[in-house]
Amino acid sequence: MDLAGREVTRAAGGGKAPRARTDTGAGRRRRIPGAAGRLALMAVPAAFFAVFFAYPVGAIVARGLREGGTWQLGRIPDVLGDPDILGVLWFTLWQAAASTGLTLVLALPAAYVFARFDFPGKQLLRALVTVPFVMPTVVVGSAFLALVGRGGVLDGWWGVRLDTSVWAILLAHVFFNFAVVVRTVGGLWAQLDPRQEEAARVLGAGRLAAWRHVTLPALGPAVAAAALMVFLFTFTSFGVVQILGGPSYSTLEVEIYRQTADFLDLPTAAVLSLIQLAAVAAVLAVHAWTVRRRERALSLVAPETTARRPRGAGERALIGGVVAVAAVLLLAPLAVLAERSFAAPGGHGLAFYRALQDSDGTFAVPPLEAVGNSLAYAAVATVIAVVVGGLAAAAVTRRAGPLVRGFDALLMLPLGTSAVTVGFGFLIALDTPPLDLRSSWILVPLAQALVGVPFVVRTMLPVLRAVDDRLREAAAVLGASPLRAWREVDLPLVWRAVLVAAGFAFAVSLGEFGATVFIAGPDRPTLPVAVARLLGRAGETNYGQAMALSTILMAVCAASLLLLERVRKNQAGEF
Amino acid sequence: MLVLDDVTVRYGDRPAVDGISLDVADHEVVSVLGPSGSGKSTLLRAVAGLQPVAGGRVLLGGRDLAGVPAHRRGVGLMFQDQQLFPHRDVGGNVSFGLRMHGAPRAAARERVAELLALVGLPGAERRSVGALSGGEQQRVALARALAPSPQLLMLDEPLGQLDRSLRERLVVELRQLFGRLGTTVLAVTHDQGEAFALADRVVVMRDGHVAQSGTPVEVWERPADEFVARFLGFANVVRATVRGAEAETPWGRVGVAASGAPGAGASGERSLLIRPAGVRVGPAGSGLECTVEGRTFRGEQVLLALRPERGPSLEASVALRGAPQAGDRVGVGFEASEVVVLGE
Repeated sequence: MDLAGREVTRAAGGGKAPRARTDTGAGRRRRIPGAAGRLALMAVPAAFFAVFFAYPVGAIVARGLREGGTWQLGRIPDVLGDPDILGVLWFTLWQAAASTGLTLVLALPAAYVFARFDFPGKQLLRALVTVPFVMPTVVVGSAFLALVGRGGVLDGWWGVRLDTSVWAILLAHVFFNFAVVVRTVGGLWAQLDPRQEEAARVLGAGRLAAWRHVTLPALGPAVAAAALMVFLFTFTSFGVVQILGGPSYSTLEVEIYRQTADFLDLPTAAVLSLIQLAAVAAVLAVHAWTVRRRERALSLVAPETTARRPRGAGERALIGGVVAVAAVLLLAPLAVLAERSFAAPGGHGLAFYRALQDSDGTFAVPPLEAVGNSLAYAAVATVIAVVVGGLAAAAVTRRAGPLVRGFDALLMLPLGTSAVTVGFGFLIALDTPPLDLRSSWILVPLAQALVGVPFVVRTMLPVLRAVDDRLREAAAVLGASPLRAWREVDLPLVWRAVLVAAGFAFAVSLGEFGATVFIAGPDRPTLPVAVARLLGRAGETNYGQAMALSTILMAVCAASLLLLERVRKNQAGEF
Repeated sequence: MLVLDDVTVRYGDRPAVDGISLDVADHEVVSVLGPSGSGKSTLLRAVAGLQPVAGGRVLLGGRDLAGVPAHRRGVGLMFQDQQLFPHRDVGGNVSFGLRMHGAPRAAARERVAELLALVGLPGAERRSVGALSGGEQQRVALARALAPSPQLLMLDEPLGQLDRSLRERLVVELRQLFGRLGTTVLAVTHDQGEAFALADRVVVMRDGHVAQSGTPVEVWERPADEFVARFLGFANVVRATVRGAEAETPWGRVGVAASGAPGAGASGERSLLIRPAGVRVGPAGSGLECTVEGRTFRGEQVLLALRPERGPSLEASVALRGAPQAGDRVGVGFEASEVVVLGE
């Protein structure tokens, strides 16, 4: 979806009356309640972002660039003139673009297959492809190392190694982001009325032409949204590049971490954070500029009515291909991971899992407690993200002025901001009354929710916008106030989207690492933090425990996602 | 009941409704008739409060509606394409307005049952709106609009998407229903048959203005001007020089009946309408010489497209029995009683 220029040129679907363009006179007077309502909706998300995003990030930038009460801006050209930094910037850009393209190419067919076909194991597979997305980056890095690195599975079988090439990074990025495309695009695709395409077919369009002229334009905003998300993720990629990039490949985020944690060079880290923020803002602006408002009132139907059994060899081959790609690309690393968790020294068994119940000094508590911590944190973070993101999405649903547009773009920024910066910023900024949250457990879900909110907004916005305005009008004429109409019309229609959004928020919260690692208390580690700590220590037992914990995380994610699929299915009957 | 006083609605700079004044009396059924884009739907939206008014006043039951949001206006609106809530069943749709007005559950249930019986769908509460046929959806939409007992019920192309027989039946049912309930109704439609059958009074709109207002019979018999006449489907409209009871037309001299038409009694250069029924078709050699170019079957009547020896083409309505064939040559005369001098 596009981030600015909210000129929703709604094709007045079926109706004759063009949408209201009310800029003058009496029109403006009437709109005041709406504007006030919108501001009220925006207040909560705006406050949330000001306190838990702008303030901490600003504080850490100030810590790095302010000395003796004055800004030391001379650092900026110094850092920018460094050819190494320029190399990092260039690599960051092109690998993000390449990863995004590759993900779209591989995942769009899967989105189609999930949206339009019924086949055995579909639900399970759909939940499984989402699992990688929530895996901690360090775990995925290790899994890919185990698969394609030295001494890895491919090395052992065919002597193929990819860990020194950029392919390992790109494939790992596809691994992560496959679900973003499948969920965002496939979710909408499943609800598009196939009769629209049939109408085009009857008018003489071939299969491909019908898709290109009818379905693709309808999907456009969702595809753009997914591409933007994938680009932002890969642009700020940390754990994967850290592990698979070795000394030759480094993204901005990795560089920021190195400068902060290894060299304690806060000024350089601050400049790099600013560069990353500026680059992300530029990407968002370019995106807003290229994608004109194309969201229209779509004709949406119940998703279960649009899928059917495959017909003919071509369709079966397509499904087979998608399943094969998903298996090789997504399931193989997960399988290797699980296999390693059972590969105890004395033969395959549960030794590593048993070890998780003991506290051996790495943590103050047995590593297994991390499971409970993670679930509790993620649940709270999900609630925060759904409330904040839901309010924000409701506020920017209708066409509105530059203020709302800017607000919408602002909501995306946390996705592109260095998690390391945010985590460190929380520690530095939120330590003085009245905002002394350092020792509070709420800090972790707050940081996690920050990353979850953009997902909620991006998932809900296209669906909210696609709700036909005249349904709201019908409710208004029958006596429903705007708030009531939202509750009675929008909410039931977008309930599915809310659940998907909540699932996403839960997943990113569960897997969040960059910020959590700074702020989670030593006695309350989350799963990814525990895994990283175990991986950071030498010894086969620690490695095995890390793999065992990762496998548990994987199972937890798969289980909760399967649950979500069930809920989705049950309630979708209302449509 | 409803008073529109010089109401203007703009989309950008373009006025869609341009200074319209209109009164709808208690228990009156008024149909606004006009071609697409004449601003009739906009008029309804403005009354419902869905479209801001750029100028003029809208009064309902004596109350000025300026600044009153749509949900507090107490009007009902049946949308052109129904806009039933897809996530609610039939009962949920019909009871929606009652719930919004805080009606007690039991009373609402009773009212829903009563309304569904009224529109001919008794016991349909639990049905999904997706499973309804077009006509049934229309009935549910009507029941939903009627449920909160609005002071004014507005219908936007109420029967637009239905097949002919259903439409004709529903028009009669609606008329009886409104008569029985004493509902005040403002409907818009582009279908004159629907408007005439439904309404006590018809308002013909053109480009955001009122072109004519009157009872169906008045509008049909004495169209105000050429636009209204052509919109009603009359093709035999020409410029003519009127002198007393006679007019000089491109088809020759034509007698003009004295009537209450807007242009009656005038003389000089006027627009003249000759109804197809007033074109008398006889054997060739008598009156105006014409060639039959085509025939349109209209049940008991046949509409002939005639090419006269002089002047523009003519339409004539004749009985099916003995109607001439395409290519036949005929002689044509005109009945003064079916000739109307139009206003400018």
